[in-house]
Amino acid sequence: MLTVSEIETTVPDLQPAADTAIQLDDVAVQYRLPTERIGTFKEFAIRFLQRRIAFTHFWALQGVDLNIKRGEVFGIIGNNGAGKSTMLKVISGVLLPKRGRVRVYGKIAPLLELGAGFHPELSGRENVYLNGSLLGYDKEEMEAVYDDIVEFAELKPFMDAPIRTYSSGMYARLGFAVATAHVPEILIVDEVLSVGDEAFQNKCKDRMKSFQEQGATVLLVTHGLETIETMCDRAMWLDHGKVRLIDEPSAVVAAYRGENL
Amino acid sequence: MKALSIQSKPVYDSARQGSSGLRELREIGKYRYLLGQLIKRDLTTRYKRSVLGVAWTMLNPLGTMIILSVVFSRLFGAEGNYPVYVLTGLTAWNFFSQGTNAAIGNLVWGGSMLNRIYIPRTIFGVSAVGTAFVNTIIALVPLVLVMLATGASLHPAMLFLPVPIILLACFTLGWGLFLSSVAVFFPDVAEMYQLLLTAWMYLTPIIYPESMPMAATLQKIFPFNPMYWMVKNFRIPVLEGRLPTLAEFWPAAAFGLGMLVIGWLFFTSKSDEYAYRV
Repeated sequence: MLTVSEIETTVPDLQPAADTAIQLDDVAVQYRLPTERIGTFKEFAIRFLQRRIAFTHFWALQGVDLNIKRGEVFGIIGNNGAGKSTMLKVISGVLLPKRGRVRVYGKIAPLLELGAGFHPELSGRENVYLNGSLLGYDKEEMEAVYDDIVEFAELKPFMDAPIRTYSSGMYARLGFAVATAHVPEILIVDEVLSVGDEAFQNKCKDRMKSFQEQGATVLLVTHGLETIETMCDRAMWLDHGKVRLIDEPSAVVAAYRGENL
Repeated sequence: MKALSIQSKPVYDSARQGSSGLRELREIGKYRYLLGQLIKRDLTTRYKRSVLGVAWTMLNPLGTMIILSVVFSRLFGAEGNYPVYVLTGLTAWNFFSQGTNAAIGNLVWGGSMLNRIYIPRTIFGVSAVGTAFVNTIIALVPLVLVMLATGASLHPAMLFLPVPIILLACFTLGWGLFLSSVAVFFPDVAEMYQLLLTAWMYLTPIIYPESMPMAATLQKIFPFNPMYWMVKNFRIPVLEGRLPTLAEFWPAAAFGLGMLVIGWLFFTSKSDEYAYRV
C-alpha cells in the first residue's frame, strides 16, 4: 500500500564474539526518493493509475560489516553524505536496514543534537525529566542523578527558568549532562563536542574518558580529526556508504587526509 | 558506579521476529514514564502563556455552549434541556477532534525525534489521546455546573460515564493512528481532515436534536456514523438518567474496539517506514 517499499532482512545467524558491543553484518540502507516530489494525494492517485511514479534508489549504506568491542571508543569519519548519520540511525534502531543484520549488546544512550527534545516553555528542571524520559529512563533513575546533572551543566541558578531564556551554550551543556548522567553501556556522540567553550569541551572529553574506563562503549562521529586521533581506539572511514578503511585512528586519519586535502 | 553487566543476548536486533503490533504494546509499557511526561508537557505548555491557564479547558466548551444556546435554543430547544444536550455533545466531540488532530500533529512534530532516537512510534498518538482524555475529565466540571444551574438532576447512572469515555478514547486512538500514518505519506491529509471534521460534526447530532424533523435523511445514516453512537452513549446517562440498552451500547463498543485494533495494526505495520519518510 502507498509508497511502502519492501524490506528484505536476511538473517546471518552466526553468533558474534562474546565481547561484542555492536555487530553489523552486510548492512545496507536504501533511501527511495521520488524523482519528482509528489506531495498530494490527488497527484499520487493520478500518477499511480498512470504508473508514472519514478524513484531514484540511493544506497546510503552498502555492505557494511563491523564489529565494535565492548569498551572501545570507535570513531567514524567521512565527508558529508558519506552515510555517517545513517550509520548511527541503523545502530540506534531508528532505521531498519533494508538488508543485513544489526545487533546491539547493551542499552544505547544517544546524544541528541543541540536542544532536540527540549520544550522551550518548560523549565530547565522539567526539561531534564522530559529529556531523560525520551532517552528511556524512568522517574527514579532521573531523580537519582538530577543533582549531578545540574552540577555538571553548571546551571543551578537557572533550573526553574523556562528553557527558552537559555543561551545555546546552556542548552548544549544541559543536553550533554542529561545524556551522560548515567554510565551508558553504549554512548553515541554525533558532532556535539563542537559546542560550548573550551573548558566545557574538556569536561565532556574527561567524562567520556571516565566512561571508557568504566567499560562503556563510545561511538563517535565527528569532522574533528584531532578528536578522533586523541580519543579513539579504532576508527572507520566511510565513503559513499561503503567502508573504505577500519584501522588505527592515525592510519585512518592519514588515509582520509591524503585523499581529501 | 555499578559495573556493566555482560550480555549474551542482543538488546537490539534488527532481525527480531514477532508481531509488530504486540511488540509495540510492550514497548509502550516500557516507556510509560515517557508517556506520562509527554501528557504532562502537553497539558502544562498549552496554556503556559495565558493568565487563566487550565481554566480555559473548562471555559472553552462553556463559552461555545452559551453561544450555541443563545443562537439555537429557540430553533432546537423545544424539548428538554438544550444547554446540557449541546454541552454533552460538544464534550464528546471535542475529545474526538482534539485527540485525532493532536495525534496527527504530534507525529509530524515527533518526526524529528523519531529520526534521531529510538522511541516507540505509537507513543505520540497515545499521548495525544491521553491529553484529550485528561482535558475531557476536566471538562466534566463545567458540565456538572451547567446541570446544577439549569435544574437538571444528577443521576446515579452518570457513574456509567467512564465506559463511554473509554470507548470514545479507543475509537479516537484507532482513528488517530490510522490518519497519522496516512498523513506521514501524504501531508495534505492533515489539511483535508479539517474539512472532513467539519462535515462529520454536522452529520452527527451534536447541536441539533436527533429527532429533528428536517433531518429525516440524516437519520438514515446515523447508524453508520461511529460518532453518533459515541455521543449517544455519553448522553443517555446524563440526559435520561438511565443506562444505555444493549442495542444502543453494542455499536459503540464494536466501533470503539474495532477501530482501535485496525488503527493500531495499520500504524505498526507501517511504522518501520516512518523514519524514512518524516
